[in-house]
Amino acid sequence: MPVTYIQAINQAMHEEMARDENVMLLGEDVGVLGGAFKATEGLHEKFGSERVVDTPISETLIIGAGVGLAIQGMRPILEMQFIDFISCGFDQIVNMAATLRYRHGGQTACPIVIRGPCGAGVHGGLFHSQNPEAWFFHVPGLKIVAPSTAYDAKGLLKAAVRDDDPVIYLEHKFLYRRIKEDLPEEEYVVPIGKAALRREGKDISVITYGPPMHAAVKAAKDMASEIDIEVIDLRTLLPYDWKTIRESVKKTGKALIIHEARRTGGIGGEIAARIAEDLFEHLDGPVMRLASKDTHNAFAGPMEEYIIPNQEKVTEAVRKLAAY
Amino acid sequence: MTEQKERELYFWLRLIREFEGRVSALDRQGKIQGGVYSGKGQEAVVVGVCHDLRPDDWIFPLHRDLGAFLAKGADPNRLMAQIFGKRDGFSKGKDSFLHGGDFSRCIFGSTSMLGSTLPVAVGTAYKFRIGKEDRVAIAFFGEGASSRGDVHEAMNFAGIYKLPVVFLCENNFYAYSTPNELQFAVEDVADRAVGYGFKGEVCPGNDLHSVMKAARKAVDRARSGGGPTFLECKTYRYHGHSEHDRATYRSAEELITWESRDPIERWEVYLEKRKYDIAAIREETGTKVKKIVDDAVAFAEASPHPEGPEAMEDLYATPITEG
Ligand SMILES: Cc1ncc(C[n+]2csc(CCOP(=O)(O)OP(=O)(O)O)c2C)c(N)n1
Repeated sequence: MPVTYIQAINQAMHEEMARDENVMLLGEDVGVLGGAFKATEGLHEKFGSERVVDTPISETLIIGAGVGLAIQGMRPILEMQFIDFISCGFDQIVNMAATLRYRHGGQTACPIVIRGPCGAGVHGGLFHSQNPEAWFFHVPGLKIVAPSTAYDAKGLLKAAVRDDDPVIYLEHKFLYRRIKEDLPEEEYVVPIGKAALRREGKDISVITYGPPMHAAVKAAKDMASEIDIEVIDLRTLLPYDWKTIRESVKKTGKALIIHEARRTGGIGGEIAARIAEDLFEHLDGPVMRLASKDTHNAFAGPMEEYIIPNQEKVTEAVRKLAAY
Repeated sequence: MTEQKERELYFWLRLIREFEGRVSALDRQGKIQGGVYSGKGQEAVVVGVCHDLRPDDWIFPLHRDLGAFLAKGADPNRLMAQIFGKRDGFSKGKDSFLHGGDFSRCIFGSTSMLGSTLPVAVGTAYKFRIGKEDRVAIAFFGEGASSRGDVHEAMNFAGIYKLPVVFLCENNFYAYSTPNELQFAVEDVADRAVGYGFKGEVCPGNDLHSVMKAARKAVDRARSGGGPTFLECKTYRYHGHSEHDRATYRSAEELITWESRDPIERWEVYLEKRKYDIAAIREETGTKVKKIVDDAVAFAEASPHPEGPEAMEDLYATPITEG
């Protein structure tokens, strides 16, 4: 039976908590309610209120307590009800969790996962549709993952739970119930740090993650007779898989980076700079970016549509780059 | 209390003062980079709270609690190397002062963000609770830091779950230059505990007997499932906020008043009352602590500086490899 993206997340937590009794969950309404989006459904029933903890509305506490649990050998998953609220726990992430191992000279690890629904496309408005990866992309000591498929949602969450470093796990709420696939019966993890080649092509490398990955693959199929597009799904944003990007851009000579997070200061800028620096002699055109417009994610449908990338904008950007 | 115990406590008070005094002197000589926040004057608090803890109880000290490191058993040599930013420090030179803890002694290294260790202490205490371990976590913070949201969030959570944690507020009346009347509108910060559903206690922080008694009560309560305590110790820092601060915002009379309540002299008076030969004890202890601190400085000076590329180490537990 096909499994949705959010069910895949739920499965991952069920499996990891059953596998390792040190895995636990803290967040707002994650217990009896099963989470605002039902991502944590059934966990409280199965694992009890000591391991599935309903917290007060205290993002700082959730993350800080997660660090405290981690240094005592636990592996907490910390849910932000909406990822936007991660800003309330910012200090605990960038100064506490990210520096923990470093400033203790390697005496400890920090196996926490901070997960929560991110992203636009569902009329969330300014404070319920942000893509915060760039806030954290700048911080050493963190890892950031952003699955775009149900398979990856499950496999990456399992990897994140097992990872000894703090991982920010960005689950895109637009994909929660729109994406479905059959998952393997047997256990699997998707390693952190490896991109997926979603489609092979020889003309243009599209480097992306999250919902735009689906738009890019559709565009590639629709344009197949015109332009042969290669689609790389980064899956892990920090560290990102430079090797896969490099091999692809060397082959195609053209790179288009697409993300839903806004353009200025976005991680696409970093990847573009890296390509320009290291692969200049392989390039056949400018490194291009398609991202959300530099504004807040507006609420009203037409405005939101205007702001975020969609298949039409992908097609347009691909044509523009192909013309060089 | 046995005579041996009373002398031991005296040793810790003196060791901490000697150690901090040396750090301040080294700072004046320009031998230390980075901030030095002397806890001189507050020794009775850290000794009174830490000396009876079990090795596997955790402490979460703040920037002025170098003494807590020592009293909890941190190796003075490594502690000094830490302050020097050398490779043998707990941070291996990654940071200095109290930002690197000693996990082998259950001491957590703080960040510079005031109050930020309280949620971590509370997470630790949560683990003790669900693991049914009779261990406690002690979270140190200043009365100034008590205004931060982190502190509130941590206490609120600890109150809900009756966690085995002691919130140890060292009220030294100033947050940098700002006096308490500009920090909060209550007389005792401990009053706030009511709002979190647990007990607040106030004790004279320069009186070792009082601190020990209050701390024991709070720790016993935590250990036996009675939940958190907010313990406020009224004390005073002799130095400015950091060694660069001449503390002109406070009066000479005030300082003199507090010097007349010096925690170490107070303990000496007590030992004298017990009819011990205080002159001999003072001298013997002086020699002993001076040697420990001399050795620590020699160790720290001899410890190598880390090499530049070591800056890339200890960042990740599962290192990132570049393709
Ligand atoms: C979040 C934060 N804000 C400001 C500072 C700068 N700062 C460092 S210590 C200090 C005063 C702290 O006072 P208190 O908590 O009473 O502790 P004390 O220094 O008196 O021991 C300030 C304002 C900081 N380190 N962290």
